[in-house]
Amino acid sequence: MNKSLNRARRKPLAAAVVIAAGLLFSGGGYAVATNVVVSSVATEYTAEQISEGRKLFLANCASCHGLNAEGTAAGPSMIGVGAAAVDFQVGTGRMPGQGSGPQLPKKKVQFTQDQILLMAAYVASLAPGPAIPDAKYLEATGSASHGGELFRINCAMCHNAVGAGGALTEGKYAPVLKNIEAKHVYEAMVIGPQNMPVFNDSNLTPEDKQDIITYLAYIDENSSAGGFELGSLGPVAEGLFIWIFGLGLIIAITVWLGAKSN
Amino acid sequence: MAGKDLEKGSEAEGFEHDFDSGLAVLPPDKIKDPGLEPHRVRMTDKNPAKAKNAERQVAALFLISVLGSFFALWAYVAFPITEDLSTVRANNLFLGLGMTLSLLGIGIGAVHWAKTLMPDFEVAEARHQTRGNEEVRARAVEIVKLADSESGFSRRKLIRRTLYGALAVFPLPALIVFGDLGPEVGNTLRQTMWKAGTRLTKDPTGIPIKASDVTLGSVFHVIPEGLAEMHEHKLEEKAKAAVLLVRLNQESLNEAEDRKSWSYDGIVAYSKICTHVGCPVALYEQHTHSLLCPCHQSTFDVTEHCKVVFGPASRPLPQLPISVDAEGYLIAQSDFLEPVGPSFWER
Repeated sequence: MNKSLNRARRKPLAAAVVIAAGLLFSGGGYAVATNVVVSSVATEYTAEQISEGRKLFLANCASCHGLNAEGTAAGPSMIGVGAAAVDFQVGTGRMPGQGSGPQLPKKKVQFTQDQILLMAAYVASLAPGPAIPDAKYLEATGSASHGGELFRINCAMCHNAVGAGGALTEGKYAPVLKNIEAKHVYEAMVIGPQNMPVFNDSNLTPEDKQDIITYLAYIDENSSAGGFELGSLGPVAEGLFIWIFGLGLIIAITVWLGAKSN
Repeated sequence: MAGKDLEKGSEAEGFEHDFDSGLAVLPPDKIKDPGLEPHRVRMTDKNPAKAKNAERQVAALFLISVLGSFFALWAYVAFPITEDLSTVRANNLFLGLGMTLSLLGIGIGAVHWAKTLMPDFEVAEARHQTRGNEEVRARAVEIVKLADSESGFSRRKLIRRTLYGALAVFPLPALIVFGDLGPEVGNTLRQTMWKAGTRLTKDPTGIPIKASDVTLGSVFHVIPEGLAEMHEHKLEEKAKAAVLLVRLNQESLNEAEDRKSWSYDGIVAYSKICTHVGCPVALYEQHTHSLLCPCHQSTFDVTEHCKVVFGPASRPLPQLPISVDAEGYLIAQSDFLEPVGPSFWER
């Protein structure tokens, strides 16, 4: 036994094997350690997916975001934005952008979901960033009432208490949140697209985000109990309605009361 | 004197009437009283068929009212309000429609009846003169004088003066009592729950926030530690102490020399209460660093100590000085150094 070990040690390749094993072990260990830190954001993509994604990126995105995704004057750097940002921006049609303006509008999606995932794989390979959310948090099975409370504290000031959207400064706006895919709601909170702030997992935990998704699904399915919503825009729309139609009716009745019969 | 001048002036203008106008300005081209319109005979008075028609219309309106009432009764039974909140909508809509028809039917029917069928003669009631005649005026003076002499009000000086005194003094106790109507405001408008060492916690859960939780571009809606567990005066305290916490690139923050120590590593905390009329300012734009108030569109620049860049607010949002405790949690260095929210009298 001892003899055979000695013999093995003497073999010329042994040193190389031992060094390789040591390097692999320590390097792998570090990789595992880093993985623990970003475990929630790292999803494995194959080299083939990444290179396919890079091709799509070069053909469709690089003119603004740079050949190495480092960003140009026309578009920000994509390093570290994560797969979620790509899935949100391209998956809602906001990217590729057509023309500059205060805000990039939602429009028809330009790519298939497979192509979007390839580009997401490429961008995710550049640096760790928010990943496409876990499907278990996207089901509307949380607490709608807790979600509603969180929505009113964190989202309603811009998006309106029932997600009817609202105006911001200089032509920007918070979009309407009716019938939005749960995945995109989650991703928007994680990445903070355009001028929306970021709501990371320590601010709103994944369960909190699921509750907000549940609340939005609830108001999609249930109409307002109070009557005609008038776009849920609040006092402006309601005031306009009552000033024109309510007051108009009262004036018409007054004129009729004072007019002579023929 | 002025009257004389005016009179002279009016003479110069060539007034045709000769009367004392006093100070009144009398335009020479006053519009003539057109009198009453000539009476117009109604169709229902000329044509009995039309009258019969109008009678039927009034009856139909009253019948609509009856139907509306029964419809409302039926709707109350047919659309009950259950556990499901959306049933309120159908219940209110149909019940309301029925009651509207029932009341409008009576009202419109009655007015239509009066306008088309009831007697149609016109009456003019002239207003009487404002000034009473000489007899009435003389009698009034007589009554006042009699009352004075009978009561001795002018004659008995002692009684008169003590009465004046009593009337002057009696409101004083009431004034003192009004002073007790509410608690004194004291310092409540100048102080909030924040004090040195209070942890910044999340609204509504009250979970403390670590500096490392606040990633770049994040917004946290913050309440002071202990507020989430309060039972009494919770809303009053929250209305003063609510804070918005954001993290910016250190380079994009443009801080005054004496306030450099108020932020921590690009994390800044500002009062969420607008200095205009106290709405919660919380519409934060990540890239322009604008904070927008939803009520009147006051806009504050977070990079410039929340100075007002647009809108009716006149003062920047007060900044809460923050730092970090030994465990890495964000804490307040002190209370706000100026009163939060809108202006008040003594500010």
